[in-house]
Amino acid sequence: MAEFEVAATLDITPDVCPITFVKTKLKLEQLKEGEILEVLLNDGEPIQNVPRSVKGEGHKIVLVEKLDGKYRLLIQRG
Amino acid sequence: MLSFTEEQIIRYSRHIILPEVGGEGQKKINEGKVLVIGTGGLGSPVAFYLAAAGVGTLGIIDDDVVDLSNLQRQILHSTKDIGRPKVESAEEKLKALNPDIDVVVYRERLTSRNMMEIISGYDVIVDGTDNFSTRFVTNDACVMAGKPFVHGGILKFSGQAMTIVPGEGPCFRCIFKEPPQQGSVPSCSQAGVLGVLAGTIGVIQATEVLKYLLGKGELLVGRLLTYDALAMKFREVQVKKNPSCPICGENPTITELVDYELPACSIQDNKPFK
Repeated sequence: MAEFEVAATLDITPDVCPITFVKTKLKLEQLKEGEILEVLLNDGEPIQNVPRSVKGEGHKIVLVEKLDGKYRLLIQRG
Repeated sequence: MLSFTEEQIIRYSRHIILPEVGGEGQKKINEGKVLVIGTGGLGSPVAFYLAAAGVGTLGIIDDDVVDLSNLQRQILHSTKDIGRPKVESAEEKLKALNPDIDVVVYRERLTSRNMMEIISGYDVIVDGTDNFSTRFVTNDACVMAGKPFVHGGILKFSGQAMTIVPGEGPCFRCIFKEPPQQGSVPSCSQAGVLGVLAGTIGVIQATEVLKYLLGKGELLVGRLLTYDALAMKFREVQVKKNPSCPICGENPTITELVDYELPACSIQDNKPFK
């Protein structure tokens, strides 16, 4: 697996939709184009919705990793 | 750097989600300074929605007190507010809706004397007046100061709105050269107004303000939007800058602000704002 340099990390496991996406979006706005954001999120609604919404705004999902009961997402700012 | 509190993230989440807004756009709204002239029919929905949107500094000016006959359309005020200054009643509702914002209160009448000083602190000026004198003087002042002015007006079953951005399109005087002759146009108290019109037009004005602050979309510049509630039809009238406009034309003849001697709202009911 390729290694990515993570510019920032965000834990949205305490949040529910749509705040999960809102926080992800706000964090991505703070990054420069091409930088990677690491996001920890829950199974279910968050993993179904957040990647789709993020892609809809022109960012790239570079990694989805299933951890114990949650997910680790790497998003490259578009 | 964008920094929102947890509460702000939740409060403004439906804005931030919008691709055209985002955190950056919401910051622009939060940093916006808007003056709403009048806290009556139009001013109520304008100020209410702008407060909800998080406009950081909301100036409200009105020297009137709440009257029972206002409550059919001036939704910032309640029955218990009758007799209270409108700005005081309005401030209370706006702060209750959004404690995040600063409400700057002017309990006075906007005239040629205080106009320039008051508008100087704001990014956008909103027309919520019911009298032609204030409307024309505000238009002139906004042209002189280069401030955008969002016009709105309602009467009977009709309303209209237009945004004036000095230098980019016509001003109010390009279309309506001067105030109508006294008595030629009835006021709301003489002719009546369907209360809900204030909401329809006021919300269009608030939309224009938010678009201006965000720098998104097409403003009603050079487009007079008219609304007929009975027919339920909107019309758009293309309007051009008048090269001989006395205030924004090539050779302006108005070089200083002048008030017009016009009764505000009929002879019995001489109130500056509705």
